Amino acid sequence: MNECKDCGSRLLAWIDERFPLLKVWNEHFAKYYAPKNFNFWYFFGSLALLVLVNQILTGIWLTMNYKPSADRAFDTVEIIMRDVDWGWLIRYMHAVGASMFFIVVYMHMFRGMLYGSYKKPRELVWLLGMSMYVALMAEAFMGYLLPWGQMSYWGANVIISLFGAIPVIGDDLVTWIRGDFVISDVTLNRFFSFHVIAVPLVLVFLVFLHIVALHKVGSNNPDGIDIKAKKDKNGVPLDGIPFHPYYTVKDLFAATVFLTICAWIVFYAPDFGGFFLEHPNFIPADPLKTPEHIAPVWYFTPFYSILRAIPSKFGGMLAMFAAIIILFFLPWLDRCSVRSIRYRGITYKIALALFLISFLSLGYLGTIPPTPTAAFFGIVFTIVYFAFFLFMPIYTRMEITKPVPERVVWPPKPFLEREGWTPALARMIWKIMRPFFEKLAAILQSLPPYKKAAEAWSNTQTMIKNNKILRKFL
Amino acid sequence: MKHLIFVLLVSLPGLVAAELTAPLQSPDLDVFDTESLRRGAKLYGERCIGCHSLKHMRYKRIQKDLKLSDEDLKTLFPWLDKPTGTMTTAMPPDDAEKWFGLPTPDLSERIRARGADWVYTFLRSFYQDDGRPFGVNNWVFNDVGMPHVLWDLQGTQKAVVKDEKGTPVIKKLELVSPGSLTKKEFDLAVNDLVNFLNYVAEPAQIKRKKIGKYVLFYLIVLAFIMYRLKKVYWKEIH
Repeated sequence: MNECKDCGSRLLAWIDERFPLLKVWNEHFAKYYAPKNFNFWYFFGSLALLVLVNQILTGIWLTMNYKPSADRAFDTVEIIMRDVDWGWLIRYMHAVGASMFFIVVYMHMFRGMLYGSYKKPRELVWLLGMSMYVALMAEAFMGYLLPWGQMSYWGANVIISLFGAIPVIGDDLVTWIRGDFVISDVTLNRFFSFHVIAVPLVLVFLVFLHIVALHKVGSNNPDGIDIKAKKDKNGVPLDGIPFHPYYTVKDLFAATVFLTICAWIVFYAPDFGGFFLEHPNFIPADPLKTPEHIAPVWYFTPFYSILRAIPSKFGGMLAMFAAIIILFFLPWLDRCSVRSIRYRGITYKIALALFLISFLSLGYLGTIPPTPTAAFFGIVFTIVYFAFFLFMPIYTRMEITKPVPERVVWPPKPFLEREGWTPALARMIWKIMRPFFEKLAAILQSLPPYKKAAEAWSNTQTMIKNNKILRKFL
Repeated sequence: MKHLIFVLLVSLPGLVAAELTAPLQSPDLDVFDTESLRRGAKLYGERCIGCHSLKHMRYKRIQKDLKLSDEDLKTLFPWLDKPTGTMTTAMPPDDAEKWFGLPTPDLSERIRARGADWVYTFLRSFYQDDGRPFGVNNWVFNDVGMPHVLWDLQGTQKAVVKDEKGTPVIKKLELVSPGSLTKKEFDLAVNDLVNFLNYVAEPAQIKRKKIGKYVLFYLIVLAFIMYRLKKVYWKEIH
C-alpha cells in the first residue's frame, strides 16, 4: 500500500490524457454553479433521474423472468410475484416507480411553470424535457400492456383504436400499429420490444441532451434572476454555489425522504387503492369480455378526460393530442418578461391556479365513470385547460409585474411575508376561521380512526411511562 | 370494433346507474393469523377446489407459510401424494362450460380484482330463486352460474323484495331454514375462507409486511443523517 501513495492521482492523470474526465466532472459537478436559493420544487429533477435508474435496474431483472407472449405473460408476472426470490419487490418497485415517475415529472414541469424556467434562454431545455415527457408516456403506455391483464388489454385497445378515427388511413393505421386485426401476441411482442429497448434508449439520450442544454445556459431559480449577470473577479456567479458538494448533499437528503415515501407504498400499499395497479388487471386479458369501466392509469386520466369531453371521436383524439402538444409552445405563448411567479402579476397567478385546478380535476374525472355531471365538468375544465394556453399571449402581455431584485433574495423570505400576509391579517383570518376549524376538529375527533389512533397513542405513552429504561427519555 | 368501444363508453353511465347490489361488508383480514388461514384452506379444499383452481399457488408454499407438517398438509388436502405442484382443479374446462355455462375462473388473484369485501359479501348473499338452474341466485352477482356450495352450513336464505317504481328491488336477505352453523359461526368460516384467498392472491405479503418496517426505519435514520450532513455543508453558505 505504501508504495502506491499517488496511485489514484496517477490513474486520473492517465485517464485525463485520454478522456476529459476532470473537465466533465468540473463542468457538471464541482464547478457547475447553481443558484443558492433552490427550494423544494428543485428536488424533482434529480429525483426523476433516480426513478429512471430504478426503472432501468428493476426492468432489467424483470426482463430476466418475464415472457412476452399472450399465453405466458400473465403467468410469468405471477411467477415473478411468487416464485422468483424477491421478485415481488422488484415488480412492485417497477410498478410503483412508474407512478412515482409521473408524480415527480409533473412536479418538475409545474416548477418550470411557477418560475418561468422555460423562458429564454432555456427554451431548448423545455423542448427536450417535453420530448422526454412524451417518450415517457409512450414508455408507460406500452409497459402497461405487458402484464396482459384485463385493463392492459382493453386500455390499449381503446387508445390504439383512437387512431382509427383518422379519416381515410385510420383503419389501416390501426392494423399497422397492432400488427394484427386485434390486439394479440404480435402487439404484445412489439410493445415489449419498444418498452425495453427503443424508448428507454431514446429517454436516456434525451436526458443527456436535457442536462447538457441546461448546463450550457445554467439553472433558473425561484427568483427567476440570471445569476451569471453578477460575477466576482474569478468569473464565479456571486449567487452561485458549486453543485458538488452543496446540491449533491441536499439532493441526497431529498432522495432519502423520497425513498422513504416510496418504500412505504411498496411495502404497505403497493397497488395504492387501485391507482398504481388497477384492480381489473389482476384478471388475465380476455378479448371476449369488456370490463365495466375502462380507465387508464391515473397519470393519463387528465388527457383521457379531455378525450371524453369532446363528443366526436376524431375531435376527442385531436383535442387529447393538442393538450399535450400545446405544452411544447409554452416558451412562445408566454409574453411576460418576468420569469418567477414571485414578481409576476395577479393575472398569471390566477391563470396558473385555474390551470392547476382544471388539470387535477380532469385527472380525477378520468378515473370515474362518465356520468352526465362528470361529462359537464369535463367540458368546463377542458375549456379552462385550453384557455390557459390560448389566451396566454394576451393576458401575459398586459401583466402588471413587480420589480425584480438585482440579486437573489437571501435568506429566502417565507411565503406569507413575500405575499404580503402581515401578522395582523393572519390573526384576522384565524379569528374568522377558528369556529370552522374547531367544528372540523370535533367531527374528526368523533371518527373511529381518530379514536383508535388516540387510544394507541395513550397506550404507547403509558407503556413508555411504565418502562424503566424508556422513562428516562421523557 | 372501434364503434363498439365508443358505444360502450357512451352507454356506460346507464349501465352503472342500473347496478343495484348488496351493500358490501368488510371481512377482518389478517395474513398473520395462521390458524384462520389453515381453516380457510381446509374449507377451500373441501368445497371450492373441485371447480376453482388456484393455479399460481404452490402446495409447498402453503406448507411453508401455514407452518404445516407433511401430515397436516395431507389432512387438509387428502388427495395429495406428494406436496408438489400447484393447486389445479380436477374439473376439465370443457365440462365446466357444459355444466355451468362458463369455464370456472381460476381464483389465484381474483380477490385482488374484486376486492375482499365483494368476495366476503358474495359468499354470504346467496338466496333461494327457483328460476335459476341451481335454485339459488346472488344479491351481489345477479344470475350467477355458481351454486351455493356452502348451503348446508348457512342454511337457506330468502330475498325480501320491495317494489320501487315498478321494479322489484331486494331490500335484505332473511334466513328461513338454519344450516349446521349459526350465523356468527358461518360469517367466521367465510371470513377464514376470504382470509385464505387474500393470502393466496399474494403470498409475498407476509414477508412484505414483516420487513417493511425495518426498511422504513433504516430510511428514516438515513434521512436524518443526510439532513445533518446537508446542514453541516450548508453552514458556510451566507
